[in-house]
Amino acid sequence: MKELKITPIKNGTVIDHIEPGMAMKVVRLLGIPEADSHSTVSIAMFVKSGKMGYKDIIKIEDRELKKREVNIISLIAPNASIAIIKDEGVIKKGRVALPKVITGIARCSNPNCITNKDEPVETEFAVINGKEVKLRCLFCDRIVNDIIEAIV
Amino acid sequence: MNFKGAHIVSARELDREDIDHILDLADDMIPIARGEKSSSLMKGKILATLFFEPSTRTRLSFESAILRLGGRFLGFADPGGTSVKKGETLADTIRMASAYSDLIVLRHPQEGSARLASRFSDVPVINAGDGAGQHPTQTLLDLLTIRRETGKIDGRKIALVGDLKYGRTVHSLTYALAKYDADITFVAPPSLQMPSEVLDLAQQMGAKTQRASTLEEVVSDADVIYVTRIQRERFPDAAEYQKVADVFKVNAALLEKAKKGAIVMHPLPRVHEIDPDVDETPYAAYFKQAFYGVPTRMALIGLVTGVLE
Repeated sequence: MKELKITPIKNGTVIDHIEPGMAMKVVRLLGIPEADSHSTVSIAMFVKSGKMGYKDIIKIEDRELKKREVNIISLIAPNASIAIIKDEGVIKKGRVALPKVITGIARCSNPNCITNKDEPVETEFAVINGKEVKLRCLFCDRIVNDIIEAIV
Repeated sequence: MNFKGAHIVSARELDREDIDHILDLADDMIPIARGEKSSSLMKGKILATLFFEPSTRTRLSFESAILRLGGRFLGFADPGGTSVKKGETLADTIRMASAYSDLIVLRHPQEGSARLASRFSDVPVINAGDGAGQHPTQTLLDLLTIRRETGKIDGRKIALVGDLKYGRTVHSLTYALAKYDADITFVAPPSLQMPSEVLDLAQQMGAKTQRASTLEEVVSDADVIYVTRIQRERFPDAAEYQKVADVFKVNAALLEKAKKGAIVMHPLPRVHEIDPDVDETPYAAYFKQAFYGVPTRMALIGLVTGVLE
């Protein structure tokens, strides 16, 4: 019999194939737990996976992700897949895609970058897809290695 | 590229064809820059020079360039006494200056400031140095100097000497030389060698590079010896600094081993890294280099305002 580590959700979002050990970071960056929300959030870490060896899974009841949130997930878990569940059925499923440019999501790690001053401008980074995902500030050219630290 | 209305933020955004075109026009500007020929190319046009930090050569050469072309300039050489001191954002200062002028030249202590200015300006912005970031007109005048004083850039052996870690001019020049078939040697103490991210990107762009640790290794073979200042504050103590400063000093005795036709360049100001005894030798190209800033900036001013094509 197939063992179910977390129960299915009725409505909401399933984020699967997260790099093992990253689920808590994803959850934190999605702002979970949300104030005043009592919807179920299930987190499974180091689940055995045929493709990945191990993976993390997050199931969030009653919530759809915004584009900005999907972009954040793509940066820290580039292999993740996202399924939107309605009435216990999957209505949409797909893998995250790394955007070429991200706007307003991260802060530049260069303290002397003009985007860290009080200017009316959102940060912009080119996403460099190498062995590790890195960001290059489109204002000052600084390479941001620690993406989790940089995400606003 | 179509220069009319373009912002010049980083030399990396210019391809080789663009650079060659700017240098060709700069060549044509030399008699005007020397005052041998008069010009009214920029008559009726206003250049805004916004210098948020001090600069002698860059500001004066931009002002000389616009005046020689028959235009005028307005602006400030120091933000004291302007609304910037009252806390005005750079974005607002740029919006205002762009309403008062036909193009803006910006020097600012923060990296990325020129890119930000380009987003808020209705007129072209030329970056005249953004903190430790980019200084594209310096790179262009360096290339003009190499081309005019040695005849070409392709195939030249260029030694970049001194503080290669923090020196923005050498980073930017390295990227630009990668677009030519030049052979670059980085000559620096290990603690001030070219950063790996600059080296990696330059090599991806096709640069031929190697490292050396003394001037003696390169002096007899180099066509260009490009010297930069090593700052005392980069070293833990004065003795350590002195040791390094002596090793990377260019003087007339060293240049006895240099090739005929080789040149010594420096973005200036120099302190002790080039001995004054070099000034009178045929190798000294650093004052000519400072002059080439004027025709180079004339060419750019003309191109981005659409007065030149």
